[in-house]
Amino acid sequence: MNRNEAKALLVLADGTVFEGRGFGARGETVGEVVFNTSMTGYQEILTDASYKGQIVVMTYTQIGNYGVNPGDIESCAPSVEGFVAKEFFDYPSNWRSQGGLGSYLKENGKTGIDGIDTRALTRHLRDRGVQMGIISTEDLNPGSLLEKVRKHPGISALDLVSEVTTKEPYAWSEPLWRHGDRPSSSHVPRPNRDAIKVVVFDYGVKMNILRHLDAAGFAVTVVPATTPPEEALKQADAIVLSNGPGDPRSVPYAIDSVKYLLGKKPILGICLGHQILGLGLGGSTYKLKFGHHGGNHPVMDLAAKKVEITSQNHNYCVDIRSLGNQVEMTHQNLYDGTEEGMAHRELPVISYQHHPEAGPGPNDSGHIFSRFRDMIERA
Amino acid sequence: MRDNRDNVVIICSIENFDPMGVHTGDSITVAPAQTLTDKEYQVLRDASIAVIREIGVDTGGSNIQFAVNPDDGRVIVIEMNPRVSRSSALASKATGFPIAKIAAKLAVGLTLDEIPNDITKETPASFEPTIDYVVVKYPRFAFEKFPEADSTLTTQMKSVGEAMSIGRTFKESLQKSLRSLEIDSYGFEPVEATLTEIRDKIKIPGWDRIWYLAQAIRLGESIEELHALTNIDPWFLFNMKQIIDMEETIKTSPRGTGVTPPAPEILMQAKEYGFSDRRIAQLTGTRESDVRGMRRSMGLRASYKMVDTCAAEFRAYTPYLYSTYEKPFYRAEMQKSGSAEEKDFRSSGLPVFRPAAECEANPTDRKKVVILGSGPNRIGQGIEFDYCCVHAVFALRELGYETIMVNCNPETVSTDYDTADRLYFEPLTLEDVLSIIEIEKPIGVIVQFGGQTPLKLAVPLEKEGVPILGTSPDSIDRAEDRRRFKEILHKLDLRQPHSGTALSVDEALAEARAIGYPVMVRPSYVLGGRAMEIVYDEQSIRNYMRRAVKASPEHPVLIDKYLEDAIEVDVDAISDGKRVVIGGIMEHIEEAGIHSGDSACSLPPYSLSGDMIARICDQTRALAQELNVVGLMNIQFAVKDNTLFILEVNPRASRTIPYVSKSIGVPLAKMAAQVMVGKTLEELGLTTEIRVPHFTVKEAVFPFDRFAGVDTLLGPEMKSTGEVMGIDEDFGRAYAKSQSSAKNPMPLKGTVFISVKDKDKPALPALAETLLSLGFSIIATRGTAFFLNQLGLKADTVNKVTEGRPHCVDLIKNRDIDFVINTVTGAKAQQDSFSIREAALQYNVPYTTTIAGARAAIKAIEVTAKKKINIKSIQEYHRARLEKPAP
Repeated sequence: MNRNEAKALLVLADGTVFEGRGFGARGETVGEVVFNTSMTGYQEILTDASYKGQIVVMTYTQIGNYGVNPGDIESCAPSVEGFVAKEFFDYPSNWRSQGGLGSYLKENGKTGIDGIDTRALTRHLRDRGVQMGIISTEDLNPGSLLEKVRKHPGISALDLVSEVTTKEPYAWSEPLWRHGDRPSSSHVPRPNRDAIKVVVFDYGVKMNILRHLDAAGFAVTVVPATTPPEEALKQADAIVLSNGPGDPRSVPYAIDSVKYLLGKKPILGICLGHQILGLGLGGSTYKLKFGHHGGNHPVMDLAAKKVEITSQNHNYCVDIRSLGNQVEMTHQNLYDGTEEGMAHRELPVISYQHHPEAGPGPNDSGHIFSRFRDMIERA
Repeated sequence: MRDNRDNVVIICSIENFDPMGVHTGDSITVAPAQTLTDKEYQVLRDASIAVIREIGVDTGGSNIQFAVNPDDGRVIVIEMNPRVSRSSALASKATGFPIAKIAAKLAVGLTLDEIPNDITKETPASFEPTIDYVVVKYPRFAFEKFPEADSTLTTQMKSVGEAMSIGRTFKESLQKSLRSLEIDSYGFEPVEATLTEIRDKIKIPGWDRIWYLAQAIRLGESIEELHALTNIDPWFLFNMKQIIDMEETIKTSPRGTGVTPPAPEILMQAKEYGFSDRRIAQLTGTRESDVRGMRRSMGLRASYKMVDTCAAEFRAYTPYLYSTYEKPFYRAEMQKSGSAEEKDFRSSGLPVFRPAAECEANPTDRKKVVILGSGPNRIGQGIEFDYCCVHAVFALRELGYETIMVNCNPETVSTDYDTADRLYFEPLTLEDVLSIIEIEKPIGVIVQFGGQTPLKLAVPLEKEGVPILGTSPDSIDRAEDRRRFKEILHKLDLRQPHSGTALSVDEALAEARAIGYPVMVRPSYVLGGRAMEIVYDEQSIRNYMRRAVKASPEHPVLIDKYLEDAIEVDVDAISDGKRVVIGGIMEHIEEAGIHSGDSACSLPPYSLSGDMIARICDQTRALAQELNVVGLMNIQFAVKDNTLFILEVNPRASRTIPYVSKSIGVPLAKMAAQVMVGKTLEELGLTTEIRVPHFTVKEAVFPFDRFAGVDTLLGPEMKSTGEVMGIDEDFGRAYAKSQSSAKNPMPLKGTVFISVKDKDKPALPALAETLLSLGFSIIATRGTAFFLNQLGLKADTVNKVTEGRPHCVDLIKNRDIDFVINTVTGAKAQQDSFSIREAALQYNVPYTTTIAGARAAIKAIEVTAKKKINIKSIQEYHRARLEKPAP
């Protein structure tokens, strides 16, 4: 079974200890422990830079079934700090697979733990809220691990964006995955002089956002989070504020950029980008008890009165009331009533808390990218 | 599901274990889909939504089946069902999302977001369930009933029921599904076969292929080779390999001296893999009770988790539970008092880590009753028993008891999360039931309503100190045990056909000689007459013993005198331990020897004398009192030459309880449940027999059209999979209605083909006369036609099949025949006339294979010809009964 059968411990900051088996790289890792309820898409989740700083618990029990492949990445390498499941399975079976999950984690230096009661862990996180945790295959003394995790300052104050944003600007031209594509199929960029030029501020952007923008006919350029806004404007017909990890208040430079950009070009915000936009508009954000992470949340498009099943991954929310009359709430989460989308009443600015790009998750909200395009064309 | 605002949600994805080519109803299936990447899954999701919209399912549920080529991901839509389907029941139980219930609400105009999710209460139904467990459905087959049928699994569905199991992993769920089937399997027991034999066997899909796959793995066959032979996804095969590897670990694990179960850590791992105590005992040469004892001593118990639609993201309010085994986790506790979180870790000293296993069962301290269900549907034990269980739940809830349901059949009402107060979706084995009882500590368990499944558990449960409600396990045993039952009959001076038991061929031959042929032979402790046969000579006994003893080595073979041409009578009665009330007396249409489940019957009796009915009532009361029945009891009698024989007594709810309850308008199962917790029949207002001023006729429904090559002749082996009921003031019309409902409608004119055995010929003239007077013409084979013509009854002659064309089968195929009466005896005659019955079935020509059936049919034709059938609701019939009771 070529599995790393080493014993491993997961210790939460409140003193809860789970004993399981190590998976992937040996080592020790600290992060904020969150659970994700998606039943498919573990590779997308692993490589979603929004999980920087976090240890992800998969509530679905069988993880690794279909292996890993280069077409299912959302960034170049896994961003999670650690990975937790009931049972990791390292005998993949899928035509797209190019390797097992275990070796993938190992190559990327990521430590996982399985063989634990993930439902008990999830219920614990649901009732007590997210908290810091530590996984170790090296130190098997729970007391010492508890000490280590309690010493950790937590991730709220950290600027995690700076750790995941691109160092250099780049142009993007990979299309959406279509059924029938081989994972290795190369894409020949289409020269399109009429394409609307969009600049994406990379706070940890998921590749599927870029793929969707490409599919919607945009010429896509990705720039570092710290790019001066005036520079970005030079090459942009429109701006996209991407998803990313952490507390939006810990990236003040991004908030400042947004303040500058508002009113100059049409803007689309997604997830962290949405929260940064909220702060840029002078509003406030708050932290959810255990966040939204999964692929089954119903979101109501308030204008169309239609429900979209959405991909979710966030711990923070925009307090829509703090924005007063500037914006209109366009989307609402039917689970807990939280705000999921807003539109500026005067400016061509729309933004979404959930993930219209899916990856993983349902495609119900994928039309948002063409809606953005329509808005730009009208503006 | 789609609502009228075009909101669409996907409830469940299910992946088949068997590749394309095996009907999905016959395949082992697994939820959720296991081997698809998210991108592929979303392709199927988007395609499903597109199909629903294109077909135009405005509201409600649909089922879409896809084929995915595992080599390149190519997707093909196989079919879509724009309605709730068999799989929607499975999907509902697998996720906790009640598809049919929501579909009904959508149909009257609600939208998904307006309907609350019952389980979480605070969230709406406009979401997609996510699950944190694995569901396996295993179909239940009945090939033993149809030995002539081809048991290869194909695109024609052949299973008769299914079991569903829930576990945290596929391995656990798969092993639970095997023991849920109730086929005396508790895991992957070894199969005696060589690798070469197995290779040939597994290439062709059959219901038991998985045990052969396991054996192949045990013999060292590679996953690649097995995949090449079967095209079963390697993911499933590799999981099976892990189970088989674990067997080896269990076998060879270091143990203490003597016969002891495996080491604790191995036992823990084995339980996580879904191994039953029984299988672990087999592997370690111990007894099931040793393994259970070992588990108890080390505190290794099943913990229960909830099916909550949301993978624990929200609090769930419906106790819909399944068992699993999880390693405990630990909670740090500070030595000093005070909140651990608030204190600085160092200053508060070292924490102690205490084990904190989690179980979501959270039993209440209410007065509660556990009701054991009937497991997967099979021939002989179907939804009738689920009806009884559900009624028991309703009745006990009315009395203020907490009701706890245990069952593993996804096709039932009992496994709806909102039927009982608490639902355990679990196999009905001693181990799984005991685990629940240990947690719940009910005042008692009801084993009477789920058919033979829970009844078999009565004695073992009682031995473990579990209180059984109603009739005592000892009384159940007295009725089930041949020798003890004989003592009772002797004591009460009641008659039984001569009978004996045999463990060997010689014993069987001696018994049969003493009793006198023909005799009826069968294994003990079975429902539905499995492996039951009427034998006329010694050679047949030898053949039978060779097969039957192999089929069930633990139980003796029962040998009874077969009463030829007797009338069979079924009686259902209820008793509170003091008073006995007859619920209904059913006179069978077909003669004794045709299994009671396959025979049509009439309530009230249509030909028995008042004196005979009185004797039946007296004997029923005497038996109920002698057995101290508390609850329901069913007795089968045979009347031959004005003598009453007792065929068998079942101190439990019978298959006919729903039929009787609907006939008399009194809910017997409900009352029985109330009696079992101490109510008297007087308190329930049922002190005398209900006499009805109408007739109800029950007719069996058969799956013959599923099994090419199977003869439709009836016999002691039960073959029907369902039943219908006709009700009318007149017996003939009630019978006609029952035949129409069973898709065997009586013709009012045309040509009747008659071919009967010699023994039936005396009955023929009266029937032929009626047919001719009703304007029918008669065609018969030479012997029968000659017989009728001699009596001046007009009948044309047609060739037998062996006599050259055109013959009777040609006439059936040409649709020149409107009704077939065909009775035969003896193997040779059966073979010769098989093509007649086969053609009748194939060309949908109404037919009967008994003279009694023909008599009832002609009576039905006679009255229907005279007066048209009117429509009247069953409530009106029962109102009429109350207003004007029968004399």
